[in-house]
Amino acid sequence: MPVDVWLYFILSIMIIGSIACLEIKNILSSIITIGIVGLGLSIAFLFLGAPDLALVQFVFEILCMIILIRAFSKRSLKITALKRDIPETVIAIVILVSIFVLSIFAFKDLPSFGQPIVRVAEKYLTQAGVETGAQNIVTSVILNYRIYDTLGELTVLFTAILGALTVLRKIGRKKRNA
Amino acid sequence: MHNRYPNEGMSLIVKTITRFTVWLIFLFGLYIFLHGHLTPGGGFAGGVIIALSYVHLTLAYGRNYVNDVLKKSTMHSLEALASLLAVLVGIIGLYAMGHFLQNFMGVGQLHHLLSAGYIPVMNMLICVKVGMGLYLVFYYLASYHLEEGK
Repeated sequence: MPVDVWLYFILSIMIIGSIACLEIKNILSSIITIGIVGLGLSIAFLFLGAPDLALVQFVFEILCMIILIRAFSKRSLKITALKRDIPETVIAIVILVSIFVLSIFAFKDLPSFGQPIVRVAEKYLTQAGVETGAQNIVTSVILNYRIYDTLGELTVLFTAILGALTVLRKIGRKKRNA
Repeated sequence: MHNRYPNEGMSLIVKTITRFTVWLIFLFGLYIFLHGHLTPGGGFAGGVIIALSYVHLTLAYGRNYVNDVLKKSTMHSLEALASLLAVLVGIIGLYAMGHFLQNFMGVGQLHHLLSAGYIPVMNMLICVKVGMGLYLVFYYLASYHLEEGK
């Protein structure tokens, strides 16, 4: 079967999983159904020939699942069912349908699948091995041609960890309680 | 390593199995980041796998045992040090070659383990940073829940 058919199949499973995640009342089952989306994405990356991304996505999904389960599974969360009003639902459906119709026109102008319009990719494919000495072209792009991007990514991660530490540390909460 | 907290964590079966598997996971993380410039993978994936090996140890043995293996303050220092060294590599490039974060170590021979200039160095720094950082995120999120629950 061609790759497209598999991608549609995986995409439909991911959509079903995300809808199930929103509708399930039990928090643990809901967390586990989030995992369908991430794992489906990693399989989709594998089909598209990007093992680097698939590996990162797969491993990171496992870590996220463990964090979510450890942090939320035993906490008693009260789930309040949302009451949907009819006008709100109608407005939401109208907006979604209009976005869908507009996106059909927008997607017509996109370049076809597998034929990028960015010229620089061709240079990377031919010159990366000579210029950077790295066999893995993905690594040569993210760690040599686009190293500023990676440095910014590191900064974002550092700031995120600092933020989590600041919010969750013991000292701040003790002072507030006293 | 001697376990000072035998009553924490999961059952004896899980602990025994963990003793065999945690090294394999750790070594796989090392392999992924050392071969980052040759095969799929790299610093980020290797770092997440190393963080997962520590998470594995935490789930099986409890958080205090992991604190004995590698102290939390050491993790903070390693993480901050790795980010500092990454910027330092950039500044060395600035002084040696004229541009920030430029390759100053030569290209080397294609397909060899020690090649590609500063890419393995950056991979190693990213691996340490991501591994320690993500484990710390896991630690804080999980321990916050336990402190609140009393």
